[in-house]
Amino acid sequence: MGLSPRLEQKAAQVVLWTFTLATVFILLFIVIFILRKGLPMLSLEFLSSNPEDMGRAGGIFSTIVGTLALTLMAVLIAAPLGVGTAIFLTEYTWEGRLTRIIRFGAECLAGIPSILFGLFGFILFVTKLKLGWSILSGGLTLSFMILPTIIRTSEEAIRSVPASYREVSASLGSTKWQMVTRVVLPSAMPGIATGIILSIGRSISETAAVIFTAGSALRIPTSIFSSSRTMAVHFYILAREGISMPHAYGTAAVLVVTILMINIVSYYLMNKFIRRYS
Amino acid sequence: MTRLERNDRLIRLGLLMIAFSAVSILIVITLFIFSEGTPIMFKYGLRQFLLGLNWYPTEKSFGLLPMIVGSLFVTSGALLVGVPTGLACAVVLTQFASKRVARILKPVIELLAGIPSVVYGFIGIVVIVPFIRENLGGPGLSVLAASLVLGVMILPTVISISIDAFQALPPTYREGSIALGATVWQTTRMVLIPAARSGLIAAIILGMGRAIGETMAVIMIAGNAAAIPGSPLAPVRTLTSNIALEMGYASGEHREALFATGVILFVIIMVLNTLANWTSSRRRRGF
Amino acid sequence: METVREPLISVRDFSLWGSSVRLLNRLTLDVEPNEILGIIGPAGSGKTSFLRCLNRLNDLVPGYRSEGEILFDGRTILGPDVNVVELRRKQGMVFATPVPLPRSIFENVVFGARLSGVRGRRTLLDLAEESLLRAGLWDEVRERLYESALNLSGGQQQRLCIARILALKPEVILLDEPTSGLDPISTHKIEESLRKLRAAYTIILVTNNVKQAARVADRTAFFLSGELVEIGPTAKVFTAPDDPKTNDYISGRFG
Repeated sequence: MGLSPRLEQKAAQVVLWTFTLATVFILLFIVIFILRKGLPMLSLEFLSSNPEDMGRAGGIFSTIVGTLALTLMAVLIAAPLGVGTAIFLTEYTWEGRLTRIIRFGAECLAGIPSILFGLFGFILFVTKLKLGWSILSGGLTLSFMILPTIIRTSEEAIRSVPASYREVSASLGSTKWQMVTRVVLPSAMPGIATGIILSIGRSISETAAVIFTAGSALRIPTSIFSSSRTMAVHFYILAREGISMPHAYGTAAVLVVTILMINIVSYYLMNKFIRRYS
Repeated sequence: MTRLERNDRLIRLGLLMIAFSAVSILIVITLFIFSEGTPIMFKYGLRQFLLGLNWYPTEKSFGLLPMIVGSLFVTSGALLVGVPTGLACAVVLTQFASKRVARILKPVIELLAGIPSVVYGFIGIVVIVPFIRENLGGPGLSVLAASLVLGVMILPTVISISIDAFQALPPTYREGSIALGATVWQTTRMVLIPAARSGLIAAIILGMGRAIGETMAVIMIAGNAAAIPGSPLAPVRTLTSNIALEMGYASGEHREALFATGVILFVIIMVLNTLANWTSSRRRRGF
Repeated sequence: METVREPLISVRDFSLWGSSVRLLNRLTLDVEPNEILGIIGPAGSGKTSFLRCLNRLNDLVPGYRSEGEILFDGRTILGPDVNVVELRRKQGMVFATPVPLPRSIFENVVFGARLSGVRGRRTLLDLAEESLLRAGLWDEVRERLYESALNLSGGQQQRLCIARILALKPEVILLDEPTSGLDPISTHKIEESLRKLRAAYTIILVTNNVKQAARVADRTAFFLSGELVEIGPTAKVFTAPDDPKTNDYISGRFG
């Protein structure tokens, strides 16, 4: 071999740390690059006025509304379904073929790329169900995309509630449903909330599925049947069609800042959850 | 049966139906994509789709081979970039970094995962593509650009699953090896990596799945020429871009052909996911 | 001389299996009202499993099967028609490790009562005070009812758990090695409370500490390998037991 083990380790560490620091550097580069060029664009006016002239002027208010509407709808659909599934898997059944099928379904769903969700949403919601390009179509499609994440994080959160809590609840004369709603869920809430917040982040970033189901209308949506553009879609169109670089950077900055805040909040929640049980 | 138990049964039934939502959605998605996409494949023949070299959908020529090759090249490139880097990060995070450093690195990687793909594509357009064009030649919009950006995009997937693989190993492996006098690196190289092999392979496969499924970033930087790329500097179109680029204005058989592209993509992804599941369950069953 | 009273709990020929392992073998014993019955025996003798049968807590874990009969107040507690929730309110259980729920002291005490439908702030507050008094904890927490229960010491938490089941107005109190992790002072306080509680409740106390049974129990039962070896008045069991195995265990020849 030639090299002494210590020398070999030193060399390996140099290589490994280079890769690692490169990764960190890349992230910092991306964030700083976008923020440096995009933050100057951010003003109250930018955030509160609508896009004008196809986005060459004005702000991004309607896209913010669109993003919020779409995300809200997706979470309102997926959260009850996801948490309900998690409750079933942990409290109302035992490990067997049934749970394996359900888990397999959720895992497969998690692996489907967003463009295929967009395709599916387009076929079913926009075309066959005649919902058209709308917040409804987009919200439904997005909810299917975030469902596996919510199931997985909720299940983990529920499982980490100590068994002793359940025993105490039962021994005090609770029904199973009382045990779930009054002891297990409240204790699991930070973990569940973390999963939901991460899913919100995913919905905000999503483009391929949204553009084919919610469309790209620039006006403020008036109902869930209106088409609407999200910030991510708006950014994509601005960048790809070369409409306005400053506005593109501004939109990107809003996106990145939002993701940063979401990550910080979920990190803090996760820590609070872990601290409670260790 | 007491009233209590009847209520409990009802609740369980309700939750069971909710729990099947994920499975039902999966079935519905599979059904729709296949029902819209397979008829045209049978009409023109699977061979034309999979092996045909020319994609002129308005003239009924539906050869997807350039896009299949394009996806293959771009994904391989992404793996070349992302797997070594990702494995290195995983090794550093689990074996070499102190607790404090790890606490900084982990959120960094999670943040990387949260950045929208369109932002990655944008950075590609503004930074990577001009760099390639000016320093290496070609239009800049190329296999190389796509590989670089996709490689970074799959890092969070590769890293987190590799970390899981390492952390699933019994701590006695590491302790025992070090107690015998091996350095941490020797332990990693000779004991831990082989032991975590199936989990690491699963990480790679899932990274592959992520790369194949990526759409927006690729559209922005890969050039989208529907021809087999002659070199890493040539433009390329992937299966995903094919769908996304033309979906907006396609109709009739053209549209059906795009659904067919979706079917092929779907099959590839399902195979990869099943493979990844199978390799990581092999680990769980004992090695 | 034994007084002739209807036993509160009758166990007849009762056997228990868990995951195909026999845990209890043809137990037959009675529990008299308003007595403190101590159950002693080495680890693995089935004491805890037996206790958990009395409030059907073993239902929570799949794989348990039983034969035989257990009567409470003359009616069976086994079988699908029994209202298990009601049963568990009547037989309150205190666990070896105190498990306060992550809530305030007040919320912990009234938790079970709330589950059974008791409402009204005034009612609940009175209930809490009464239960905490009986558990011997009221003086120490009256000023801080709304603080987190997790801030209490181990001994206080255990007395809180006792108060918690007292709020349900049970008939029987089941205690599974309640003082095994506690300091001597807390242990003493709890034993004192048990002596006072006997007037209104029936108490079954499983303990690893033979001397505790000697101090507190009216009658003592000795379990060994899932079987009831001997049961009788504490004084007799400790000084002149019928079975030599009882004597060996008590004098520490095995444990």
